[in-house]
Amino acid sequence: MKGKSVLVDLSKCIGCRGCQVACKQWNQLPGEQTVNWGSYQNPPDLSAFTYTLVRFKEVEGNGQVKWNFFKDQCHHCVDPPCKYSADDIVKDAIVVDENGAVFYTEKTKELGNMDLKEACPYGIPRRNSVTMQWVKCTFCKDRIANGLVPACVKACPTGALTFGDRDQILAQANQRLKEIKVAHPSAQLLDIDDVRWIYLLHEAEAQFQMGLREERTYHFGWNRILSPTTLALGILGLVFKWRERGWKQAG
Amino acid sequence: MNISLRGFIKVSSAMTSGAMLSRFGWDSWPAKTSEEELRIKYAQESTTICPYCAVGCGQIVSVKEGKVINIEGDPDHPINQGSQCSKGSALYQLANNDRRITKVMYRAPYSDQWEEKSWDWALDEIAKRIKMARDATFTAKNAKGEVLNRTDGLASLGSAAMDNEECWLYQKFLRSLGLVYIEHQARVCHSSTVAALGESFGRGAMTNHWIDIRNSDCILIMGSNPAETFPISFKWVTKAIERGATLISVDPRFTRTSSKAHIYAPLRSGTDIAFLGGMIKYILDNNLYHKDYVVEYTNASFLINEKFGFEDGLFSGYDKPKRKYDKATWQYQVDEKGFPKRDKTLQDPQCVFQLLKKHFSRYDLDKVSAITGTPKQKLLKVYKAYSATGQPGKAGTVMYAMGWTQHTVGTQNIRAMSIVQLLLGNIGIAGGGVNAMRGESNVQGSTDHALLFHILPGYLKNPRASDVTLKAYNEKYTPKASDPKSANWWGNYAKYSVSLLKALYDDHAQPANEFGYQYLPKLDDGEDCSWISLFEAMYAGKFKGFFAWGQNPACSGPNAEMTREALGKLDWMVNVNLWETETGAFWKRPGVNPEKIKTEVFLLPCAASMEKEGSITNSGRWMQWRYKAVDSPGQAKPDGEIIHELYLRVKKLYETKGGAFPEPITKLKWDYAKNGKVDIHAVAKEINGYDLKTGKLLLSFAKLMDDGSTSSGNWIYCASYTEDGNMAARRDTKDTSGIGLYSKWAWCWPLNRRIIYNRASVDKTGQPLDKEHPVIRWDATSNEGKGAWVGDIPDGGWPPMVNEAETRYPFIMRSEGFARIFGPDLADGPFPEHYEPLECPVKNMMSSVLFNPTSKRWDLVGSDMDKFAQVGDPRYPFVGTTYRLSEHWQTGAMTRQMPWLVEMQPNMFVEMSKELAKELGIKNGEWCVVESARGKVRAVAMVTSRYKPFNIGGNIIHEVGLPWCFGFMGLATGDSANTLVPNIGDGNTMIQESKAFLVDVRKEV
Repeated sequence: MKGKSVLVDLSKCIGCRGCQVACKQWNQLPGEQTVNWGSYQNPPDLSAFTYTLVRFKEVEGNGQVKWNFFKDQCHHCVDPPCKYSADDIVKDAIVVDENGAVFYTEKTKELGNMDLKEACPYGIPRRNSVTMQWVKCTFCKDRIANGLVPACVKACPTGALTFGDRDQILAQANQRLKEIKVAHPSAQLLDIDDVRWIYLLHEAEAQFQMGLREERTYHFGWNRILSPTTLALGILGLVFKWRERGWKQAG
Repeated sequence: MNISLRGFIKVSSAMTSGAMLSRFGWDSWPAKTSEEELRIKYAQESTTICPYCAVGCGQIVSVKEGKVINIEGDPDHPINQGSQCSKGSALYQLANNDRRITKVMYRAPYSDQWEEKSWDWALDEIAKRIKMARDATFTAKNAKGEVLNRTDGLASLGSAAMDNEECWLYQKFLRSLGLVYIEHQARVCHSSTVAALGESFGRGAMTNHWIDIRNSDCILIMGSNPAETFPISFKWVTKAIERGATLISVDPRFTRTSSKAHIYAPLRSGTDIAFLGGMIKYILDNNLYHKDYVVEYTNASFLINEKFGFEDGLFSGYDKPKRKYDKATWQYQVDEKGFPKRDKTLQDPQCVFQLLKKHFSRYDLDKVSAITGTPKQKLLKVYKAYSATGQPGKAGTVMYAMGWTQHTVGTQNIRAMSIVQLLLGNIGIAGGGVNAMRGESNVQGSTDHALLFHILPGYLKNPRASDVTLKAYNEKYTPKASDPKSANWWGNYAKYSVSLLKALYDDHAQPANEFGYQYLPKLDDGEDCSWISLFEAMYAGKFKGFFAWGQNPACSGPNAEMTREALGKLDWMVNVNLWETETGAFWKRPGVNPEKIKTEVFLLPCAASMEKEGSITNSGRWMQWRYKAVDSPGQAKPDGEIIHELYLRVKKLYETKGGAFPEPITKLKWDYAKNGKVDIHAVAKEINGYDLKTGKLLLSFAKLMDDGSTSSGNWIYCASYTEDGNMAARRDTKDTSGIGLYSKWAWCWPLNRRIIYNRASVDKTGQPLDKEHPVIRWDATSNEGKGAWVGDIPDGGWPPMVNEAETRYPFIMRSEGFARIFGPDLADGPFPEHYEPLECPVKNMMSSVLFNPTSKRWDLVGSDMDKFAQVGDPRYPFVGTTYRLSEHWQTGAMTRQMPWLVEMQPNMFVEMSKELAKELGIKNGEWCVVESARGKVRAVAMVTSRYKPFNIGGNIIHEVGLPWCFGFMGLATGDSANTLVPNIGDGNTMIQESKAFLVDVRKEV
């Protein structure tokens, strides 16, 4: 499989959020009005104006505290379910470029009542309520097409984000996993075969704030049973989940 | 030397994709033809250095049609290699921000609004006011008849935000006016660093540099949280960890830094000396020190006066009423030749080593744990891991900042670590050092250029009234060394002072007039004009006029509300800034009536970092050149231009109308005008200095003379701008050292030496102690068999120690040539001793002396606004501390204007443990009130498991922490934590105690 990938090595993330702002700068996204809600995490969630977000989670156990940072954005699925869902309504509203960037075009405005967020296994897409266009991380498609690394990858000071050819990134991910398994036995790579943004978690999944992931798997199916369309989408999603993660999370 | 940059612009504006690739990508590949057009294509590019912290990251500014369209990291820059933190990433919003002030603003006395004015009007009015205040308050002599030649009615604060050249111009201007109240950010951030490192090693700066952290085997991060406040430094911390280094985080609170540490140990704020004292004892008890290093390079073997002693918290010679030591008994014993007596076996009970052992024998684990609240097994874990770097070939480093400096024992906190590092042989080596992380982009430069009351540029002393002649002044501050093997570099003092006077007064500095020495304003003996004293004097109504230049004291200093009240006691204030800050707008702050505030305010808009040209010096002493990318918005001007125009106006007034002692102003060398503007290159050259006979720029401060034949504005910057060009602008990305010195990237003082004290990194034959990471090495075969050093610029070029006849000891800036484990020149003792903060929850468990016995007690002599809590005060039961956030910078004056940063940290908050929150009935996210004896602030509760209650000798003590980046102006408003902080200073430098005080916390009702 060709194209590009990014390794998101959370064991190296310091939560500085250089990536979060670099994304806004490159994409010229406005700042949002927020309030401190008892967390460093802000804006509290992804939005039409925030394509990437560092989620903060404190965990405590065995007399030890951990503070884990999860840089969230579109994972750029190899076979993106959002695209399959959208294609049913507007062909090529969502496109995948030669590097593998999943890109939401202006045609996503025409997707009517379809909830792309529901179609995404990670709950990433957001809709701009004024333009009605669906938006999310673009993989800095314009930059990578011109030989530059994505803005967030470039900003990252510690090497938590590495961009490159998919083969090379996969090899690097497996190598790095092997290295950190010694000190972090529960370290794991997430959904490595299915996404281009490959997450290396140095702790168990539950020790990270992973956005709608958990909720997504928990509610899978229930929301979808409401209508035949969503049911179809739900099954597609379930298949996707099944393939990459098995049933253990759904229970 | 700026050819490379021009070339760079040319290449990139040629728009070849190849040029783009080499400039912007780490992983380049042949770009495919694509319909995608990059929005920065066809943009004009220039390089700059980030204006926030002093990591000194490089950035590329892209400009189209006169507007900045993109700013991202410079991939060629060896420190950040293209990466940026959130603040750096948000710089676009500094260049494009409609909240910038773009017009001259004036607030009339008792007015409730600004009026727009012209530059001419404002500068004329300010010049008139300067002259009036100066003429009215000029003091020619003191009561003893000694010359002062100073202006008492004016004071200045600022600025580490200015370029080096502007700092030099500004202090030149201020001193010509006769100001002695000259202070700036450096006082309140790292003044204690300069005192401690200067005493220990000879120079007051970070010993190594950012990239060098990667060479370390064990990194102790204590008194700082660099993952938060210096994120790019973590690039190098991470590299060290990848090499197998151990990372230790010691902090009252589990931080972003702690999240990456192998060992985390909590400690109660204000107990660092106890913690480090325990480490010193551990190293000595277990013989983990580097014996050869300790004997040959430190003063451990020196014998101390037999009457030296220590009892119940006090060293010998304490004068209680004066709160001062007579240091006569703290001196070395000398032999008949005047050489210090030594016992190289380290057995003599009067030798420094034995005195050290005795002093720290009291810091046992039980005592230390009871004071700090750190569990004993955690202490041991830290001590063991760090002490392992005492083995030859291993390197341990420390990264610290305000968590150590801002205490009444700030200087001694850093001294304690200096002692640890000397015992372990960690100074001068790659991956070692005591690394003071400086927090403003040019605070190293502004300190070097002496925007401080007590020094002149290059760390020369500001003259005192009793230094009646230049000869007496030079003699007093020129240290003597009897041992010919001591280089005693400060023996050159007169060469630097006379060259400085030549740079100030040029032809008006002649032997006949003591080179203009009497033009310099003098301090009275023992007089202190530091930050707290300045604001106490202002509050007492002593000043008519005040410059708040590129600084926001209404939020940045202790007792912030008192500072704001003090500003209201002025006749006028000049505030130069990018924004309308809390300082400029103090007269309309919440809770006050502008109609009752007299102070006239002139608010002058200045240029941002990418809108002017000049150099700044980062924490690792790298002087880096910045280029102008765009014009300033509206009428804003570079600080240098404002200073220039103001000086010319004041000069004209004195030339035409006369006045009090006009000579220092009218005879000042001020020849920078080029097309009506300041030629910054001419200023940079003046700082470097000239051979006045040939008119050529000097290559080294070794060429400076005391006879008036050379000039140099700042001797430590001599060699920065030579006949070969502007060294600060160099951009050679090759590193031939193998240890990341990047010696041809920019320039660093002194003499481009990247790791200072590097002659202590070798054995007596000149071979590196760490063979894998050699800093310098003596190559006996080179130089026609005479031998030469290879590697970094050696700290003194003399041959190694085996060459008894020609060598010099490696610590050339100390008169004895040795690093000081015993520091005889500090105010509060030759060894660090644990004292409690002024406001503390418990008594001192080490002695009956509660807090630093040499700290000035403003509660005894200060204003009605100086209020303090008692020990264990039931009204204020919790320890409070302050810190910075990654997303905001200092008071937030800049970052609170930027939506991208404000959205991430929108409100003032207080972090507290779950245990305390439960006790107080406070839930996460609820609004609280935090109150000290000085004032109160509103804050959102952040209830966290990252804070834990401390067990302090059996008592449960809670600590809470608050960021100090908020204020009442800007997009994100909130109270400043500095409202809570007391006016109390360190015994050596008067840095305030922001990091440990007492508070109460309650739910807001």
